[in-house]
Amino acid sequence: MTERSRHLLDIEDLGGRDGIEQVMRLTDSFVEVSARQIPKVPALRGKTIAWLFYEDSTRTRLSFETAAKRLSADTMNFSVSSSSVKKGESLLDTAKTIEAMGIDGIVVRHASAGAPHRIAGWVDASVVNAGDGWHQHPTQALLDCYTIREHLGGLEGRRIAIVGDIKHSRVARSDISAFTAMGAEVVLVAPPTLLPPNLDGWPVTVSHDLDAVLPTVDVAYLLRMQRERMTEALLPSLREYTATYGLTCRRVDLLRDDALVMHPGPMNRGVEIAAEVADLPRSVILDQVRNGVAVRMAVLYLLLGSGAELPPPAPADPTDQELVRA
Amino acid sequence: MPDSPSLVLKGGRIVDESGERDGDVVVVDGRIAAVGADLSADRVLDASGCIVAPGLVDVHTHLREPGKEEAETVETGARGAALGGYTAILAMPNTTPPIDSAAVVQQVLELGRTAPCDVHTSGAITVGRAGEKLAPMAEMAALGVRVFTDDGAGVQSNLLMRRAMEYARGLDVVLAQHCEDDALCGGGHMHEGEWSARLGIAGQPAEAEELMVMRDIALARLTGCRIHFQHMSTAGSVAMIRAAVASGLPVTAEATPHHFTLTHAECAGYDPVFKVNPPLRTAEDVEAVKGALADGTIGIIATDHAPHTAETKELPFDQAPPGMLGLETALALALTELDLPIQQVLAALSWNPARAVGLGHLHGRPIAEGEPANLCVIDPEATWTVSGRAMASRSTNTPYEGREVRGRVRHTVLFGEPVVIGGEAQR
Repeated sequence: MTERSRHLLDIEDLGGRDGIEQVMRLTDSFVEVSARQIPKVPALRGKTIAWLFYEDSTRTRLSFETAAKRLSADTMNFSVSSSSVKKGESLLDTAKTIEAMGIDGIVVRHASAGAPHRIAGWVDASVVNAGDGWHQHPTQALLDCYTIREHLGGLEGRRIAIVGDIKHSRVARSDISAFTAMGAEVVLVAPPTLLPPNLDGWPVTVSHDLDAVLPTVDVAYLLRMQRERMTEALLPSLREYTATYGLTCRRVDLLRDDALVMHPGPMNRGVEIAAEVADLPRSVILDQVRNGVAVRMAVLYLLLGSGAELPPPAPADPTDQELVRA
Repeated sequence: MPDSPSLVLKGGRIVDESGERDGDVVVVDGRIAAVGADLSADRVLDASGCIVAPGLVDVHTHLREPGKEEAETVETGARGAALGGYTAILAMPNTTPPIDSAAVVQQVLELGRTAPCDVHTSGAITVGRAGEKLAPMAEMAALGVRVFTDDGAGVQSNLLMRRAMEYARGLDVVLAQHCEDDALCGGGHMHEGEWSARLGIAGQPAEAEELMVMRDIALARLTGCRIHFQHMSTAGSVAMIRAAVASGLPVTAEATPHHFTLTHAECAGYDPVFKVNPPLRTAEDVEAVKGALADGTIGIIATDHAPHTAETKELPFDQAPPGMLGLETALALALTELDLPIQQVLAALSWNPARAVGLGHLHGRPIAEGEPANLCVIDPEATWTVSGRAMASRSTNTPYEGREVRGRVRHTVLFGEPVVIGGEAQR
């Protein structure tokens, strides 16, 4: 296995399938921890993690925060108002300031692609990318892999449709990388205006016909459709988008019985997904959210903890020797 | 004016438009007094193993003054130019305030008067470079401005550009265009292609440049006005210019060292030092630009020297300003990366640009008795390592940091004065 990166900036940092599978196994352990009466282990006691969220986030931030607390890490928030970014505050200054406080890990979300990469080049702390512009959102892809694995047993040989605004989606870029690394086949379904203008080297196929794709896939992964895309002449109207690419009540029946419906949230019910579809048993959207905490525990433990694989969970022993050692 | 001591550039190989020959060059009172074997003078500058050439001319320099003196001043830019072998530079008008009136032209020329390089300025085509109404071109032309451009932006309106070209024809000046269709660029920050898609950065397609090249060739045909295409970066642009030149239209073009040495793959690490407009393109585009320099379709190498402070280049890629330093590396990159005869490299760096911007009577002249003594002495075999901090510029944003290059300026002579001796600026 290649030497693991100190950071998680994109899925490629995990070094391919082995690395992703290591995160999956660690996640199994932390799912078990999360199910305990006191869902907390001392794995990262004494470690400090800073949140550096340049962009608003509720669910990702809360998920990371929960993960860190369950690992007994200390956390602090470096509050970055959007106005200070507008004033041209240097990323370098911010990163160096955080580092001077002796922080072990920095979880960054930024509207600019590559901002976490720049920070990682300037600090000794481990940097976790919690979403950068249109580029990547690696922990989302990992929790998506885990959720598919949980429901379908694995990703090898599975066919996954990613539907919607691929062009502007960091979730799509991370998912494509992770799903294909795990042996799945990915088909992108979107109008050409919402696809990256150049797909050279992407291990995907493309379709503009959702009805034709749905019966062939194991997972229909829907992306959030942002309203501002209308003003950029990328689409005539949301109504037309829903009519051609929305997972409507009629369309969902084209899926095979065991196929899953996934969404990274927050959903636009009635746009990319019908309200009734979101609430079907095959929709595993809340499982994605639940698994997000355990996956982020695994990622933080991998980067900031001993990095050792955990033994199979031993629920009888709440102190969990292996974790204490970390 | 007291007579200055005479000077001899000794033991070099002279290369100018007429060819190559060995010879010493004696300079007296700002002019070349003699060229020949075994000449002497009050002061001797060693040129052995070196090429003695007409001083270089940069038709595309951002000096940042007035308005952004923290990034560069006329003086620091001119010093960097002298160190790079340049005896003349043409300032771009995207300053604050922009160079769009006689007053600002005068200010820049005044700042340039004491600089260690012959500083000329372009003027804006439109007021405030806003692309809405014509700037007072005649007023600026009366002060000696021979090039008008809104550089940093292209003139978007077809009609306004037609009018500007018609008006310019009456003033015997050249219009220089930064070719970029703003709407099609759509806020892009790098070349639209494989890398922008992968990195999640908004791209600007090659066609955004090519559409404006196509339009301006059509307008040159319509108006008969000379047009100069700045920093050509795509294979498509090159092909159109080749055809326009072949059909006899009054068209010239420049290419920058970064567009013949770097590709968009450099952006992979998100370092804004590689952010530039027009953006770094594909390897095929780089080859096309090199081919155009080789066959003369593009006759001019220009730096697009664009200093930016470290703070602004520490912003995320999409927020950082575009531009990179160029004055002190252009010659070495041309010698290192272009497989062209030395005379052709010097043509593209000296006499072709001098003529294109109306400086052909002072710079890029033959090395012969009576000519203005604007010269540079180049050691073509000297290798050195590029360092932004070692440069004269107030900024350090070179994309070539740490790169080893070949070819170094030993001396630069400006109207007879040795402003660079042994690679050291004298003032």
